[in-house]
Amino acid sequence: MNAIVINILIVGGISFFSAIILYWVSQKFSVRENPKIKKIESLLPNVNCGGCGKAGCRDFAQSCVKADKETFAKLYCTVGGQTVMEKIGRELGFEVAEHEALVAVLRCNGTCENAPSKFEYVGLKSCRMAARITTSQSECPTGCVRFGDCVKACKFGALKLSKETGMPVVDTDKCIGCGACVRICPKQLFELRPRGKNNERVYVACRNTQKGAEARKNCKVACIACQKCAKICNEIKIENNLSYIPSSVDAQKYGKQLADACPTGAIHYTGKKEG
Amino acid sequence: MKKYTFPLGGIHINKHKRSSGLAIIPAGLPETVYIPIRQHIGSPAKILVKKGDKVKVGTLLADADGVVSADIHSSVSGEVIKIDDIIDDSGYPSTMIVIKVEGDDYEPSIDRSPDIIRDIKDDKETIIKKIQASGIVGMGGAGFPTPIKVTLPKGKKAEYLILNGIECEAYLTADDRLMVEKAEEIIIGAKILNKALGIQNAIIAIDENKPEAIKVLSELTRRYVGVNVRVCKSKYPQGAEKQLIKAITGREVPSRGLPIDVGCVVQNVGTAYAVYEAVQKNKPLFERVVTVSGDDAVDNPANYLVRVGTPASFLIKRSCSDTSRIGKIIFGGAMMGTAAVNSDAPITKLTSGVLLLNDLDAQKPQETACIRCGKCVEACPMGLRPFAIASAIKNNDDLNELRRLHTLDCIECGSCAYTCPAKIPLLDYCKLGKIELRKQK
Repeated sequence: MNAIVINILIVGGISFFSAIILYWVSQKFSVRENPKIKKIESLLPNVNCGGCGKAGCRDFAQSCVKADKETFAKLYCTVGGQTVMEKIGRELGFEVAEHEALVAVLRCNGTCENAPSKFEYVGLKSCRMAARITTSQSECPTGCVRFGDCVKACKFGALKLSKETGMPVVDTDKCIGCGACVRICPKQLFELRPRGKNNERVYVACRNTQKGAEARKNCKVACIACQKCAKICNEIKIENNLSYIPSSVDAQKYGKQLADACPTGAIHYTGKKEG
Repeated sequence: MKKYTFPLGGIHINKHKRSSGLAIIPAGLPETVYIPIRQHIGSPAKILVKKGDKVKVGTLLADADGVVSADIHSSVSGEVIKIDDIIDDSGYPSTMIVIKVEGDDYEPSIDRSPDIIRDIKDDKETIIKKIQASGIVGMGGAGFPTPIKVTLPKGKKAEYLILNGIECEAYLTADDRLMVEKAEEIIIGAKILNKALGIQNAIIAIDENKPEAIKVLSELTRRYVGVNVRVCKSKYPQGAEKQLIKAITGREVPSRGLPIDVGCVVQNVGTAYAVYEAVQKNKPLFERVVTVSGDDAVDNPANYLVRVGTPASFLIKRSCSDTSRIGKIIFGGAMMGTAAVNSDAPITKLTSGVLLLNDLDAQKPQETACIRCGKCVEACPMGLRPFAIASAIKNNDDLNELRRLHTLDCIECGSCAYTCPAKIPLLDYCKLGKIELRKQK
C-alpha cells in the first residue's frame, strides 16, 4: 500500500514540475503571431499554386499583413480573384484596386499537321529535357515541344493535350491565370492576358523570330512579319520578324479584322467568327 | 606500376576504341566552312569581319566579348559570303560566319615549320596574352576559356597541374593519337602552362588502355624535369575533372567548388598541344583532332585533323560509304555526347568525335518501374542517389528534396542510366533537376 502511495507521489511530483517548466517555456519562448495572418489565410483558397508570386497561401497572408497601402496594391490572389481580395481589403482596411482577370493563352499553333515532326526524339518525354537537347519535334526553334510539361504543372486541370493536334489546349473556364504554365514552358509560349470583354481576345499565336521563308518552312501558320496587322492597328509592333499584339488593342473592334487579314492565320481571335 | 583511380562509384564500359591504332590524317578542305561565333562557355564573340571580306587561315574573325569569351579565328582562306543564323547540331539557330574556301593561304605570322621549339622564351604575362589571342578553350568538351583557367584568382595558389589524357569515353581516340604523335609538343605545352601558373611540375594522367601513349610519354618525360606520367585504371568516368583530382592527389573538390580550391589545375592534353602551338608557333586554335567512329554503320573509322567549321557531313562521307545505314549521329562521346539533328552542322573547337550508330543501336529501351536494386547509387562517382532524384522530379519537381539530394553536384556522366536494369533514363531526370534548381536563382 505504502509503495503505491510513494509511486503516485513521485510520478505525480515529476509530472507537476515538468508541467510548470513546460508552461513557463511555452510562455517565455512563444512566437507572437499577428492573429490577422490566420484570419486572412482562412479567406484564401489554400491551393498553394504560387500564382501570386509568393511561396504559398500562408506567405501571401503574411505579406498582406505586413503590406502598406502601396505594396498591398501589388498583391493579388489569382485564384480567389476580386471577391477574395475585397474581403482581405475589408479585413485590413485597404482599398482594393480593380484587377482584370487573367487567362493563359498559348502563343503557338505548331500542331502535328502545321509543323510536322522532322525527326524522332527518343529521350525522356519531357518538354524541358527535349528543349535542352534540341528544338522540338518540328524544326521550329521556338515552337511547342508537344510533350505536355504544362499539363502536369497545371493544378486546376485547365490544360490537356489534344490527341489530334498534339498540343496543349487551355480550358478558359477552368484557367485562373496562376502562371504555372508560363513558368514551366521551356519555350515561354504561354502568356497571361486579360480575359477581355465577352471573352474576346486577339493575339499572335507564334513566337518564331526566323525570317519569313524559314519560319514558313518549319510551320504553316508561323508569323512571317508581313506588316499587314501593323497597318490595321498602329499599336501593333513588329520586332525581330515577329508581330506582337499588346493586350491594350481592342479585341472587339479589331479582332475579326486582324484575324482575317493575317495571311498565314497566325493571329487568333477568340470572339464570334461571324459578324 | 601503381595504377591510380577514384574510390567511389564508377562503371566499366565497353570502350569500342576502333580507331586507336590509326594515325591522324588531315581531313582536307571542304568547299565552305561555317564558323559559329560561340564555341565556348560564355558570351558570343564580337564579329569583326563583314560580307565580302577576304580572310586567310588564322585571321581573327571575332573578338572575345567580355572576360568569359574567346577569340574566333578563320580556319581557311577565302571569302566571307554570309553572316547569318544557321541551324547547328542541336537544331537551334546560332550565328555563324560562312566562308567560301579559296586556296590555302596562311597568315604570315604563323610558323609552319615542322621543327619542335623547345626553348620557352616568353614570360608569364606574354604566355597568357598569347593564349588569349589564340582563342584557346578547354578542348575536353566543356569549352571553358583557357586564359581564365591559367589566371589564378587572388589568394589562390596552384600546386598541381594535371594534364588529362584519360579519354574514358567510348569510341573516342583523338587524345590518344595526339599523345602518341605529338608527345613532345604536349610536354612542352605542359611546361608553358607551368610557367604561366608559376609552378614547377606537371602530371600527365593516362588511362591504362593506351599502352602506346604511356610508352611514348614515359620515355620522353625522362628528359623533362618535373613532368611525370601517371597511369590510371580504366574506369568510367576517370576523365572527369573531380574524379581525376581525387585519383591523382587524393584531394576532394568541395561541393560546388572549383579544382583551384584544392590547388589543382586540370587541362586536357589537346589544350596543352594548342597552348604549345599558340605560344611557340603563333598558331591560333583553328583545327582539332576529331574521331569519326561508330558501329557497323562506319566502314573506315578514322582520326581526322579537321578545320573548325567543317560540316560533319564532309567527314561522314569520307568514313561511311552508305549513309542510309546511319540511325543516329552523335557529337561527342557515346556516354556524354548529344544526338545531332543536322548532319551539316559544323565541327567546333569542342567536337571531339562524331559517332555514327546504326538503327538498332540508336533505339532507346522502354522505361520500366524502379526495382530498388541500388545499382545507380553504387555507380554514381559523386555519391548521389539518382533514383531518389528521379522520384523527386516525378513528384512535381520537389525542389527542397532536389536540393537536399545535392542534385547540382551531378557531373552528368551517365553512369546511373548505363547501369540501370530497369532502363530508367536517370541521367535525364538529374539534368532536369539541375535545370529546375538553376532556374530558382
